[in-house]
Amino acid sequence: MVKKIYFQSIFFSFFFIKEAFAAESGGMPQLNPEFWVSQIFWLILTFGIMYLVLSKLILPKISNNLESRKAQILENIEAAEKQREDSDSKLKEYDEIISKSKLEANNIFNQAREKAIKDISVKREVLDKQIDDEIAKAEKEIDTLRKNAPDKINKIAIETSSELLQKLIGAEINNSSITAIVDDLSKRNGEKYYGN
Amino acid sequence: MAANPMSQFDVYRIGPEIKVGAFDISFTNASLFMILSSVSILLLFNLGSKKNSILPNKIQLLAELSYTFVSKMISDTAGSKAKPYFAFIFSLFMFVLFCNMFGMIPYTFTVTSHIIVTFMLAAFIFIGVTVIGFIKHGFGYLKLFVPSGVPAVLLPLIVVIEIISYLSRPISLSVRLFANMMAGHTMMKVFGGFVISLGIVGGWLPLSFSVALTGLEILVAFLQAYVFAILTCIYLNDALNLHH
Repeated sequence: MVKKIYFQSIFFSFFFIKEAFAAESGGMPQLNPEFWVSQIFWLILTFGIMYLVLSKLILPKISNNLESRKAQILENIEAAEKQREDSDSKLKEYDEIISKSKLEANNIFNQAREKAIKDISVKREVLDKQIDDEIAKAEKEIDTLRKNAPDKINKIAIETSSELLQKLIGAEINNSSITAIVDDLSKRNGEKYYGN
Repeated sequence: MAANPMSQFDVYRIGPEIKVGAFDISFTNASLFMILSSVSILLLFNLGSKKNSILPNKIQLLAELSYTFVSKMISDTAGSKAKPYFAFIFSLFMFVLFCNMFGMIPYTFTVTSHIIVTFMLAAFIFIGVTVIGFIKHGFGYLKLFVPSGVPAVLLPLIVVIEIISYLSRPISLSVRLFANMMAGHTMMKVFGGFVISLGIVGGWLPLSFSVALTGLEILVAFLQAYVFAILTCIYLNDALNLHH
């Protein structure tokens, strides 16, 4: 209301100024009031329409666009943050699983090694025992063989020498005398043959 | 277009004479460039707000940058209370800017180089701001003329000075824009005339001057639009916040 009255008064005041300036409108075209009213009219018309269209249609759209973009960016940042947290927790989980499985693998390895060592030692004991037994048996056999060896050798020597004599001389010789000689010889040379 | 550097400011009728009562509201070259400016503003911002893509294209970016530029200017100088007047200040800034820039194209007419146009804008702002001030603060708005912390002896003088400075706002606002535009365009025309009169031998110096002046004038065109808008914001701030 106040604005309207003011505008009207400005209009009328220009109307009066027009007469005052009409005389000296030679130099500056700006001071020639011929088209002042026209300029005022067209200014109000164009600026008014531009203002109305801008304020009612275009500016709200731009502010809407800006706000929606801001909201979207915030949303995206939030989502990104959430995903980062997710991935962080997953990484932690993964690390845990890895360390756990490493521990487990270590345990399994240790157990297996212990078991293997135990098995091996048990088997070795058994084998050692068997080997010892075999060795003892063999030693015993050797012992008996060794113990029997001089007698057998003596016997062979006696038989061989009696046969030899029989072939050479053609006479039967008493076995007991040969036995005596062989015994005597083996006793004498026993040390040389058996080494004990 | 004579050699007279002032003839570029001539307003002439385009088409028939239109009269409403005693008033001549014929369509002139000034009206043509007002319409051109407003239509290009509307086109630019309509194109810039049509599609809302997350990654804005060039026109959208331009529109949104202008929007944030003006809204930042208003919130910096006049605070958040000035938000309802955003559309007006935005239109004002864009209108003055486009009129100034259209004037930079050779053979065009500069709407803002006419005191009557700038004075109408400034007067409208002045009245509007005063009305807003009285609506917001009642007669308390008159406290604007009584700065706090002034000795009582000086008070009558200060009040008179404050009232004069307040009343001269529309004049200073309009004359600043009008004089800047007129002076710049006159100077360019004068130097352009020198180029012709000195010919191929001596014309190079004023020509280079003209080139430099063109750059300067484009800067002035933007700066004066900015100053016009920011002073409006400052006046609005006085009316809204009454800091005195």
